[in-house]
Amino acid sequence: MTYIVKPKLHHPKLPHNTLGFTHRDYEGKVSTLCAGCGHDSISAALIQAFFELSLEPHRVAKLSGIGCSSKTPDYFLGQSHGFNSVHGRMPSVATGANLANRDLIYLGVSGDGDSASIGLGQFAHLLRRGVNMLYVVENNGVYGLTKGQFSATADKGSKSKKGAGNQDAPIDLVGLAIIMGATFVARSFSGDKRQLVDLIKAALEHKGASFIDCISPCVAFNNHPGSTKSFDYVREHNEAVNAIEFIEGKAPIKADYEPGTSTMVRQHDGTLLKLKKLASDYDPTDKSAALSYLMHHHDKGEVVTGLLYLEPEATDLCERMSVTKTPLNALNEAELCPGSKALEKVNAELR
Amino acid sequence: MAEAFAGYCRRFRADAEGNSKFAIVQAEDELAAIGMVIGAAWNGARAFTATAGPGISLMQEFIGLAYFAEIPAVIFDVQRGGPSTGMPTRTQQSDLLIAAYASHGDTRHVLLLPQDPRECFEFAAKALDLADRLQTPIFVMSDLDIGMNEWLVPPLAWDDARKYDRGKVMKFEELEAGKDFGRYLDVDGDGIPYRTYPGAHPTKGAYFTRGTSRDRYARYSEEGPVYVDNMQRLLKKYETAKKLVPAPVRVDAKEPTRVGAIYFGSTTVAMNEAIGTLEKSGILLDRLRVRAYPFTDEVIDFIRSHERVFLVEQNRDAQMRTLLLDTGQVDAAKIASILHYDGTPITAQFIVSEIARRMQEIGRASIRKVVAS
Repeated sequence: MTYIVKPKLHHPKLPHNTLGFTHRDYEGKVSTLCAGCGHDSISAALIQAFFELSLEPHRVAKLSGIGCSSKTPDYFLGQSHGFNSVHGRMPSVATGANLANRDLIYLGVSGDGDSASIGLGQFAHLLRRGVNMLYVVENNGVYGLTKGQFSATADKGSKSKKGAGNQDAPIDLVGLAIIMGATFVARSFSGDKRQLVDLIKAALEHKGASFIDCISPCVAFNNHPGSTKSFDYVREHNEAVNAIEFIEGKAPIKADYEPGTSTMVRQHDGTLLKLKKLASDYDPTDKSAALSYLMHHHDKGEVVTGLLYLEPEATDLCERMSVTKTPLNALNEAELCPGSKALEKVNAELR
Repeated sequence: MAEAFAGYCRRFRADAEGNSKFAIVQAEDELAAIGMVIGAAWNGARAFTATAGPGISLMQEFIGLAYFAEIPAVIFDVQRGGPSTGMPTRTQQSDLLIAAYASHGDTRHVLLLPQDPRECFEFAAKALDLADRLQTPIFVMSDLDIGMNEWLVPPLAWDDARKYDRGKVMKFEELEAGKDFGRYLDVDGDGIPYRTYPGAHPTKGAYFTRGTSRDRYARYSEEGPVYVDNMQRLLKKYETAKKLVPAPVRVDAKEPTRVGAIYFGSTTVAMNEAIGTLEKSGILLDRLRVRAYPFTDEVIDFIRSHERVFLVEQNRDAQMRTLLLDTGQVDAAKIASILHYDGTPITAQFIVSEIARRMQEIGRASIRKVVAS
C-alpha cells in the first residue's frame, strides 16, 4: 500500500480512540517505497497499534538506520520526532536517547541489512542491555535500495530474482535475539496485519527490549518463486504458534482462563497477556524449548510466527542502572552540579 | 577517564533515594559510544565520550552525522602515538587533523587544546556549553602526557553562579505561542538554528533528524541551492565559533622582538622553561599559546606581526601548521616547525636546542638588526 496525499480535514465519522485521536493523527508523509511493499503494511500496522493503544503521538521517538525500512519512520507518526541515523547504528542512538529521557516511548525501525549485517553488533548489545523499546526489523532478505543482493537473513538455497542461489547460512534474528537476552521476541509477517498489530501492541506494553522480526517481502527484488521471503512462500509456510487474545495494562483484571487453550502471562510491571495457543506444545516462557522449536521448524522450511519468547520478570536498562525517575534531560544545574564546596574536597584529596 | 567520572558521579550525583542522576554505559565499541552520545544529546541530555586516536578513527561517520544533523557531542581525545596502534603507551599531538576534519565531505570541527589537567577540567565544562550552543561535536584534545602522568596544577575552581549554556532550544511555551519553528532556520544570523527536544509539544516542533540534505524546515531535499544554503550556514556557524572558543594566551618577551613562538597543549611546561633558558642566551621570543581551533584573529595577527614564528608541535607532519595555512591568512615561509614525536613528552632542552640551532642558521646578527630597526 502506498499512501496518497490525504486532506487534513477529519471526517466526523472517523473513529476516535480514548484520547480523541483518529487514524489520521498517527499517519505521516506519503511513502516513497515501491507500490505493494511489505514495509508500507508494517507502517500501517504501527499506525493501527498506536491508535488502538491510545498513545500520544508526540510522546513517541522513532529511530532508524539506513535502508528502505529505515526510511519508513517518515511515513507514520508525523507528530513524533524521528531520527534517521547511520547504517546499522540505530541501536546505540536509541540507547543514548532512552537514557536521556526514560519517559518517552521508543520505536526502532530497521532492516535485515541494517541489523543483521553492518549493525549485528549493535543489535545484539541493545537487546542484552534491555533498552526499553520496540525494535522492529522489516526483514525481506535482500538489499532493496541497491537492487536486490542477498542479505544475511536470506535462507541457504533461496533463489535471487536472477536465479542465483544463496550459499551462505542465514542469520536468524529471532534466535539471536533470544540468546542475546531480549525479553520479548516475536516474528510476524507484513501480510498478516491482525497478528502484527497485536504483537506490536504487546511489545509496546512490555517493559524491556522487545524485538519483532517482521517478514516483509520485497516486491521488486524478492517476491518470486524460489525465494523463501516472498508473499506466497510465507503464506504457505507460516506456522503461528499463538495469537494474542488480549493485553491488559497495569490495572488488575478478571482473568478469563481456559486451561489448555490459552496461556496467561503476567509481567513484572503488572501487565498481563493472554495468548491463544495454536501450537499445543509451545511455551513462550521456556527459552531453550523456544530455540529448539524454532530451529526444528526452520529446518522444515517453516516460518514460525507469533510471540516466541517472553521473559515475565523483565527489567529495562534504566531500572538496571538505577537511573533517577526524573528524565535526565530535565535535570538542571541545582540537581547536577555538586558546586564549589564539593570541588574543594576533591582538591584536598588530590593534594 | 570514564572510571574517574563514574566514581565522582556515584559520590555527587545520587538522588534522595540513592538513584543515579547520570547514566554511564560501557559501550561495546567506539561506534556505539559516540552513537549513544549523539542519541542522548539529540534527546536533550548532555553527553560525552572519551577515547584515543584509534577511537576517533572509528567514530568518523557518526561525527559527520552530528556535524551535518547538528547534534551536540563532546569527545575527549587522549592523544597517543599513531598511526594505527602506534605507540599506545606514549604521547603525541598527532590527532589534530583527523579531529579537525573528521568524517567524509566538507566538515570542520571545534577543538579545545588544554595545557594540563586543570585546563582539562575547565575545558570539559566549556566543551559541554559549546556543544549545546553550537549544536556540533566539540573535541577536547588532551594527550597521554596529561592523561597519565602526575601533574602539579593550581586547585580546580568553580563559580557557583555559573549557569550551563544549553543553547537554543525552543520549549513548549514558545511553540504553543506560535513561534515559527524551522529546525535549520537561521533566525539570529549567527548560523545557529533552534532545536526542540522530542516530546516537547503535541502538535508543533516535531521534525525528522537525518544525515541527508534537507531544507530549513528539515524536509528532505537534494536541490542544489538548498544544499548550498545549508552548507553556507554551517560555515557561518563556524565563524560564530571563533567568538566563543577560549582565546589564545599571549606573553611578550621583556623587550620587543620580531620572533615569536606558537605552541599548545602539554608543550606548555617545557616551553615555559625553554623561554627562560633562551632569554639567558639572548634569544627573545614573544609567545602565543593556542587554546582552540578555529583560530581567533589574535592567532593570525600574531603570525602577521612577527617575521619568524617557531611552531612547536608533538607530531611528525606539523599538523597545526596545516590548520594555520588552511586559513589562507598565514604566510607559510614565516613558520618554522619544531617537531618532537618520539613518543616521550617534549622537553625544554629539545626546544632550546632546536630554536637555538635555527636561530644560528638564519643568523642571530640579522635578527638582532631586524629587532633594532
